Amino acid sequence: MNLLQDIVVVDFSQFLSGPSAALRLADMGAQVIKVERPVTGDICRELYVSDVMIEGESTIFHAINRNKQSYAADLKNPDDLAKVKLLLAKADVMMHNFRPGVMERIGLDYETVKQINPGIVYAEVSGYGTEGPWKDLPGQDLLLQSASGLTWLSNNHDEDPTPMGVAVVDIIAGTHVAQGILAALYKKGISGEGALIQVSMFESILDFQFEVLTSYYNDGRQLPVRGAVNSAHAYIAAPYGIYKTNDSYIALAMTNIPAMAELLQCEPLKQFTDWNDWFSKRDQIKKVLADHLVTKSTGCWLGILEKADIWCAAVLDYDSLSKEEAYRVLNMEVTVKTSNGLSVTTSRCPLRVDGELLLSGKGAPLLGEHNIEIEQQFGLIKQLEGSN
Amino acid sequence: MMNLPLNGLVVLEFSQYLSGPSAGLRLADLGARVIKIERPKGGDAGRKLAIKDLWVDDNSLLFHTINRNKESFTADLKNKEDLAVIKKLIAKADVLIHNFRPEVMGKNGLDYATVQEINPRMVYAAISGYGTKGPWKDKPGQDLLVQSLAGLAFTTGNGTNGPVPFGISVADILCGAQLVQGILGALIRRQKTGTGALIEVSLMESLLDFQFELLTTYYATHQQPKRSKVANGQPLLSAPYGIYATADGFIALAMIDIHVLANAIHCDALKLFSKDQAFSARDEIKTVLAEHLIKQTTGTWLTDLQQEGLWAMEVFDWEMMTNHEAYLSLDMEQVIKVGRKEMITTRCPIRINGKKLVSGKPAPQLGEHNEQLHHDFIN
Repeated sequence: MNLLQDIVVVDFSQFLSGPSAALRLADMGAQVIKVERPVTGDICRELYVSDVMIEGESTIFHAINRNKQSYAADLKNPDDLAKVKLLLAKADVMMHNFRPGVMERIGLDYETVKQINPGIVYAEVSGYGTEGPWKDLPGQDLLLQSASGLTWLSNNHDEDPTPMGVAVVDIIAGTHVAQGILAALYKKGISGEGALIQVSMFESILDFQFEVLTSYYNDGRQLPVRGAVNSAHAYIAAPYGIYKTNDSYIALAMTNIPAMAELLQCEPLKQFTDWNDWFSKRDQIKKVLADHLVTKSTGCWLGILEKADIWCAAVLDYDSLSKEEAYRVLNMEVTVKTSNGLSVTTSRCPLRVDGELLLSGKGAPLLGEHNIEIEQQFGLIKQLEGSN
Repeated sequence: MMNLPLNGLVVLEFSQYLSGPSAGLRLADLGARVIKIERPKGGDAGRKLAIKDLWVDDNSLLFHTINRNKESFTADLKNKEDLAVIKKLIAKADVLIHNFRPEVMGKNGLDYATVQEINPRMVYAAISGYGTKGPWKDKPGQDLLVQSLAGLAFTTGNGTNGPVPFGISVADILCGAQLVQGILGALIRRQKTGTGALIEVSLMESLLDFQFELLTTYYATHQQPKRSKVANGQPLLSAPYGIYATADGFIALAMIDIHVLANAIHCDALKLFSKDQAFSARDEIKTVLAEHLIKQTTGTWLTDLQQEGLWAMEVFDWEMMTNHEAYLSLDMEQVIKVGRKEMITTRCPIRINGKKLVSGKPAPQLGEHNEQLHHDFIN
């Protein structure tokens, strides 16, 4: 039995934060119904990246929305809204990521939906929460990275603030809302009661920084200082970082400096015997190391260091990663098919349950593809006619 | 005390450092009773791992940050009597989390099959670095190394930089978050079936999943995504997406139509580019933008942009952020009393029924709850 067998999720959210949470719920076996505006649908359907389209469609929309159904409804149309409310009466979970106030205007706020279905788990993702001066600002990933201090943690000291090149705020907020939903569903299984789950992208990206923010709160509020040389983490001592070699790069994690100096036969590094210096003189140490590592190949250094159990690794791009046997044994790639025959290769859910991968061949839905099926499954038309 | 969704659940955390313990922390904040099972000598190695040499007591501030709201029980798993005691705990627990290397729990006689025999309702959750087979299975599951192997370092920084890792332990944190989802899903199924589950996730698979948008695009094109040379925000995105210096700080610009942007900030040079060049000529466009944006203050630009509803934001550091009303209104900080000392840390980011989840319970001293747990579960 799938983990979330028979759980019905009605998802009004767009872009990535909410939809990434719904994707994980779908992977775990829930029936996820995307409620989308007729004609245009989720704005993400039209969000093309790097000029890449798969037969005219956005690659990322297909990545985010595989294994879901689509129900097209105009929430400003009373008939459509009535059907959506009937659907919500039978749902276990409802989610949205509209800005504060939007669902109140539509009439699908928690208080109203709770009247329809007291057992529902109602989850919302906002940009900055529902109060405070930023509550109406757009909840967009790069802007949240910028507002939260995150951009001062990556890259070298003399570089501009550097955002993380993946939509980390959306994805972290998505994991948090999924956790809240699942915890509430567990509770519902005991008490029968639903819950309101709220996550903001702002609080999520603060939580993501909890280790270093806690350091800041308790060290007299000193701002982090990124290292000047090969910086990988503002709070970690040398040699932590990525270094150029004569053919590519090598990553070195925490290790004993003199022991490593011995292995690498790097004379000038041997003088740093006091571990206190490994943080305070990290730029100096890393410069010495960088000058030394660039003289030989990554393979040569890995051969020496791995044998001695020093924490090190090659630095791969997707071309080199996808050729690795270690990547292939993970079977991370899955090919899903849409109902009009489009095949999309994407990555699978990272979880394994009872030793099995969670695989689904279902591609992203066409807009409104499942209207009839859903109306039949939940008896939406019949009930509407009955009430007239 | 608040009525929390996971009240009544008992979690045994056989984990060190961050990935497993961050999952334990989330379950604790959601109401579970989380018990760290630690070696009698030293315990979780994270107790002695400090950043900026910050200590609360014998334990680092970092340990206190990750392990608040938990209990500690010491056991030497190589000692038969201790192992028998642990098995009694296992019989009464709901969840077991470990982040040992694949074969270690088996050597201790605490592999999934054995645990399942003792307690068929157990949700057994295991974190590895790279999965349980393949040539990397015995590699150290360390955050920077996984970032480097997973291709992540080529997403960040400009195309002129070398690979730039994320300055946060992103693999550990995401893996912990995925594990929590799997555990909760298994607990929901257990309500219907009465049986537990084996949940497995690796740091590597978590980081691949994290890059799913980039990877799906890569699988379609087989072209390594290229970071822009100027103001790289995300390798797949067109100009102006990125961060730019202004006369007094920095400003972030997300997806904005370049002609709309040109009008809003009065940049004629930008109008010379057509909209369909926003990706193909992004370095040139971003260079023009960078030269223009440096001329005025962030405040001036923000006024122009935000009143048009365009996606822009000031770039804050933590000092600016923590003094801002938008941050203060969240009450994100909570004070934890540790003995006679106090520390400040963040609270759980999830709100339930309009309530913030806070907990004043500090991280446990090593073996602090041995007696209590003997009383509650073993005798």
